[in-house]
Amino acid sequence: MARKAAAQAKDEDAAPNISRDELLKLYRDMLLIRRFEEKAGQLYGMGLIGGFCHLYIGQEAVVVGLEATAKEGDKRITSYRDHGHMLASGMDPRGVMAELTGRIGGYSKGKGGSMHMFSREKHFYGGHGIVGAQVPLGAGLAFSDKYRGNDNVTFTYFGDGAANQGQVYEAYNMAELWDLPVIFVIENNQYAMGTSVARSTKSTTFYGRGEAFGIPGEQVDGMDVLAVKAAGQKAVEHCRDGNGPYILEMMTYRYRGHSMSDPAKYRTREEVQKMRDEKDAIEHVRQLLMTGGHASDEDLKAVDKEIKEIVNDSAEFARESPEPPVEELWTDIYADAQA
Amino acid sequence: MPTEILMPALSPTMEEGTLAKWLVKEGDEVKSGDVLAEIETDKATMEFEAVDEGTIGKIMVAEGTEGVKVNTPIATLLEEGESAEDTGPAQRDAGSKTGKSDNATEAASGESSRDETGEAPGRAPAAAKSAVEAVNTPEPQQSPDWPEGTEMRQMTVREALREAMAEEMERDDLVFLMGEEVGEYQGAYKISQGLLDRFGPRRVVDTPITEHGFAGLGVGAAFGGLRPIVEFMTFNFAMQAIDHVINSAAKTLYMSGGQMGCPIVFRGPNGAAARVGAQHSQDYAAWYAAIPGLKVVQPYSAADAKGLLKTAIRDPNPVIFLENEILYGRSFDVPVLDDFTIPFGKAHVVRSGSDVTLVSFGIGVAHALEAAEALAGQGIEAEVVDLRTLRPIDYQSVLTSVKKTNRCVTVEEGFPVGSIGNHISAWLMENAFDWLDAPVINCTGKDVPMPYAANLERLALITADEVVQAVKKVTYK
Repeated sequence: MARKAAAQAKDEDAAPNISRDELLKLYRDMLLIRRFEEKAGQLYGMGLIGGFCHLYIGQEAVVVGLEATAKEGDKRITSYRDHGHMLASGMDPRGVMAELTGRIGGYSKGKGGSMHMFSREKHFYGGHGIVGAQVPLGAGLAFSDKYRGNDNVTFTYFGDGAANQGQVYEAYNMAELWDLPVIFVIENNQYAMGTSVARSTKSTTFYGRGEAFGIPGEQVDGMDVLAVKAAGQKAVEHCRDGNGPYILEMMTYRYRGHSMSDPAKYRTREEVQKMRDEKDAIEHVRQLLMTGGHASDEDLKAVDKEIKEIVNDSAEFARESPEPPVEELWTDIYADAQA
Repeated sequence: MPTEILMPALSPTMEEGTLAKWLVKEGDEVKSGDVLAEIETDKATMEFEAVDEGTIGKIMVAEGTEGVKVNTPIATLLEEGESAEDTGPAQRDAGSKTGKSDNATEAASGESSRDETGEAPGRAPAAAKSAVEAVNTPEPQQSPDWPEGTEMRQMTVREALREAMAEEMERDDLVFLMGEEVGEYQGAYKISQGLLDRFGPRRVVDTPITEHGFAGLGVGAAFGGLRPIVEFMTFNFAMQAIDHVINSAAKTLYMSGGQMGCPIVFRGPNGAAARVGAQHSQDYAAWYAAIPGLKVVQPYSAADAKGLLKTAIRDPNPVIFLENEILYGRSFDVPVLDDFTIPFGKAHVVRSGSDVTLVSFGIGVAHALEAAEALAGQGIEAEVVDLRTLRPIDYQSVLTSVKKTNRCVTVEEGFPVGSIGNHISAWLMENAFDWLDAPVINCTGKDVPMPYAANLERLALITADEVVQAVKKVTYK
């Protein structure tokens, strides 16, 4: 049942089991999210992105590590802090960035915004703005796979804040009752907006909360992409084999505020800096690559350059893509009846 | 004096039932808790227990008798020293719907039944004696929905809904039904009776009593490409799920730029039943009708219930399908056709008339028709327009009728503020101002939470008489 992962997945243990190419890909995917989000922050500051914009900086290892365990047809759904999940699932950075700027070239033609993007092609089911709503929705996606009799799984991401919601437990109950192939991924970044976990609950070990329903769970160092991947593989296997849901509590940290307008008075600058210095997920993999002799400084610079180009291109596209034509106000309210 | 055992009301809306089987005979000693008889309602078969002890005197209604009205004496119970020949108490009005408590009813109403909400079984349904049974169904106007001369068959609304689901489940494997008690219990209101046997547990899914969660799960399944029918035991409970209905189901197609549709039907009884109090008696028509992205249906007749539910299940959008518990047991003619659907957005003129237009939907149509009959006796011919769908609304049919009658009264059960009637009135003011000879009047439920007391409940609900009064006002008579 629920168990706490051994203190820290050992780099030495994990590293040898992974190829250079794979390690480099993890690095690249995390870096793409980091740079993309930094660019989004910039565009927000320039007034090109409006409204809410929740950045994923700091948490990249969670989604990148889990995506490394997914296969074609697996589904994912998350909250409003969703840009990283979209990029990791293979969605086009141009379409994501253009949605942030509210342009026709965006995934939702500019009508969804930061919190509401979808891709049927990449099996990305949003992007949900109501805290916790994606949890029963994710169980429902898993229900659809079970109904069809395939072995796909659904990654359902939510935060430590949502983990206290009633509908999460309603979903746990049904997911276990019906053996749904859903992995509940709690991204515990330790703050629900400005309220720390300790100020939200006395039951702070979220991975154990499935126990009452019979759902196994474990806590994972979410700043270590290899530990995430290893735990993800186990969970995915559990689900694919028809054993029902699995809970992964990813201990992670967001470097930025809850949203762009968050002054972050609820934690100290030192706390954030300490995480960045000691636990940064990207730096961790960078070190593995370097010390293991997998990549030279040159190699990594080349990756940095490639990522920078992709991100700049997406920003350029997002600025140039026109606003949706006014007719778009009245489209997509209803799907045409009768297929 | 012997105590009369009366036909019990085993649910809030039961008005009659079948005395299926006597489990005691004359002369038997019974004590409290003994099962006296099996009584079959249109919803379920239930055991009827003795509350007092005594000896069964005379059995007054033979087993197998159908249509035994609630409160009809069905047997007598003798106390010690009494004989069956003793005269019974003065006969009360047998089919009385006064709702007054009665010793004999009390004495024998400890039935071990569950009603729909699992709460204490209801007593005599005082308010259920409403327009729905007072009016003989008028012959429907020639319907545009099926060819003239089509063979018709009598069917209850309940059967029509069941047939619609069964036919659509037969037609498309992606369609499945989920909700509380839809499977093994055979449906809290028996709408899904038999579907579990026919389609199996993969497609008829009993859920825990967690509306928020299972509505969200249903929406997720629809995102995943299935076509769920989510039954709410009543729409009152859907308030727990309304975030998923609106934020997750209704808005996603738009938010996704047209990529992520949500083909789902949320259905169940809506509005007042009888004597179930404020939390179980609300009409949500106007709430859901306010939301772009939803389609909203509220049928009156069995034919409409069937044709519109089939359309709803095939529709690629989220559909709110508002039924009515009191109408479930009513019979109507339904066309016998292989594949019969009714398109959304088409009103039905249920009764023609030239003096005033009554615009209604759902059970309101029953009140409108009752009022129309009463008015006809006074020389006023009302045209009754059943909207059938509230999103989209068939404005043109309302307009056509109002242009003919120049007067309009709307009839609905819901609260007055922000009602469908308010909306129709505003629309007519903008689009038919010059055609109106009087202000539009909205007949609605009263602006109060639904009271439990029988007399107050009657006052809170919309009545045909109020419609008659409103028509007299707009016709200046």
